[in-house]
Amino acid sequence: MLKLTDVTISYKNVPTVKNFNLDMKSGQIVSLVGESGSGKTTVIRAILGLLPGGGKVTGGQILFEGTDLLSYTQNQWRKLRGSDISMIFQDSGAMMNPTKKIGHIFTEYILTHEKISKKEAWDKGTRMLERMRLPSADHIMDSYSFQLSGGMRQRVGIAMGMTYQPKLLLADEPTSALDVTTQAQIVRQMVQLRDNYHTGILMVTHNLGVAAYMSDYLIVMKNGKIEDQGTREYILNSSVNEYTKKLLKAVPSLGGERYV
Amino acid sequence: MSEKSEVILEAKHVTKKFPAADGRFLLANNNVNLKMYKGKTLGLVGESGCGKSTFMKLLVSLDTPTEGQILYRGTDITKLKGEKLRQHRKHIQMVFQDPASSFHPKMKIRDIVCEPLLNFGNIRKSEKTEVCRKLLEMVELPGEYMDRYPHSLSGGQRQRVAIARALALEPEIIILDEATAALDVSVQKTIIELITKLQREKNITIGFICHDIALVQSVAHQVAVMYLGNVVEEIPGHELNTKAVHPYTKALMGSIFDIHMDYSRPIESIESEPPSPLDLPKGCPFQERCGYRMDVCKKEAPRMAEIAPGHSAACHLLNLTAR
Repeated sequence: MLKLTDVTISYKNVPTVKNFNLDMKSGQIVSLVGESGSGKTTVIRAILGLLPGGGKVTGGQILFEGTDLLSYTQNQWRKLRGSDISMIFQDSGAMMNPTKKIGHIFTEYILTHEKISKKEAWDKGTRMLERMRLPSADHIMDSYSFQLSGGMRQRVGIAMGMTYQPKLLLADEPTSALDVTTQAQIVRQMVQLRDNYHTGILMVTHNLGVAAYMSDYLIVMKNGKIEDQGTREYILNSSVNEYTKKLLKAVPSLGGERYV
Repeated sequence: MSEKSEVILEAKHVTKKFPAADGRFLLANNNVNLKMYKGKTLGLVGESGCGKSTFMKLLVSLDTPTEGQILYRGTDITKLKGEKLRQHRKHIQMVFQDPASSFHPKMKIRDIVCEPLLNFGNIRKSEKTEVCRKLLEMVELPGEYMDRYPHSLSGGQRQRVAIARALALEPEIIILDEATAALDVSVQKTIIELITKLQREKNITIGFICHDIALVQSVAHQVAVMYLGNVVEEIPGHELNTKAVHPYTKALMGSIFDIHMDYSRPIESIESEPPSPLDLPKGCPFQERCGYRMDVCKKEAPRMAEIAPGHSAACHLLNLTAR
């Protein structure tokens, strides 16, 4: 479904991510893990053509369902984003206009992709929120983003992203800003998305525990390069890569190493 | 575990209320009783908004409790004022979550680290270079870093400088408020190793606030679990994994993604989110999310009851089994 071959991404002509390769099948969950600054977010932003100022894909190919995304015009990108590929950010509240209510933002989003009446769009939004098991969807449609808790905002973000049942969902640290209990709920919900809609998920996270729980395949990045990759069993149990082992050892674990 | 060591800091019935709109009150801490022992670490864990940071702020006298006492070696520090309070501050120091925002961006590391020492007249200005080098070496940073500005250090290095600043006055207690939350796991590990090493060398007492229960149990001698302003369970760190009894503690542990977990099992966790601390339910604070709720939980708040030495919990379920 998604294939990246030898992708190099540069900021102001300095290559940040070098020779990145990825072959993702539909319904697969892949995680990019690594420390801050290793280029994880740059990769998934490039897939959606959302590189921040000065960033450019300078080499390689990004194929989505067989078509080269890099040859897309601005208009084609706009059609693609939010319908076939959508994205969840670390804090979904930050992508919403704070002066507009959730209902307004949601209907505006639906109306850019579909020619239906406002009323129908509103109802569609409400239904999506209900499907994400958000309590009292009507009330949420009538709230501002800052009135919701972090977990609820993240669910609204997922609901918006899932409206058109995308083939690929990109998630940039979707649970990093949340409490552990809320994180567990969101993670469970994301795994269900795959089971119910067969959506492929490409996730960026620094939390190895979450990555290991969700993913079929893990990619460990370091300094813009793929350091190690493999199935969950390989990465967790049989990887011989020093860096992977170091990362795994640093994860605190209940009943694990104690320092005192 | 604690019979041998002396109590340095003791919170007695500490309650903190913040006024809110419409004459209501936000109950941030409700009757918190905790002790800190010499050279030991007290871990405080809970979800955001449970009052753990508020409590630690009371301990470092950045705020005063509405009711209750905080005793440092027998003196109630909540009543201190003026010069006495200033002199007291050198006994308890703090490391914040984000050192980037707790440092003055235009001050060099040398000035940052030595400022507390100069404030108390412990050193002369001419001694700054030498003292700063020693302090930086203590936190395993090269002495040359003293001429840098905070922005040219990495997150982990900045956190080391923050620790050096907190330890400059040789306090008896340091409070670490989510000090490793903003760091990568590998950097977090090195910072934790540094803190525990310094604790062993200098016999410092540490208050460790964290939302990651797996991390807390690995560094703390004693762990207190907070929920909506109440301490619901207190337990020695090494027993947390096996002997925790409170449903909330178990829920916190159940929602951790561990790299050694059994992936075929679905993750267990509590649904929903904590209610607003503005309208607390009558009775047990955890009742709305608890899977074992009984009638008594809606009427009466459970009290802390001792289960074993150093281990106590507040839950009606325990009374039931005791009877």
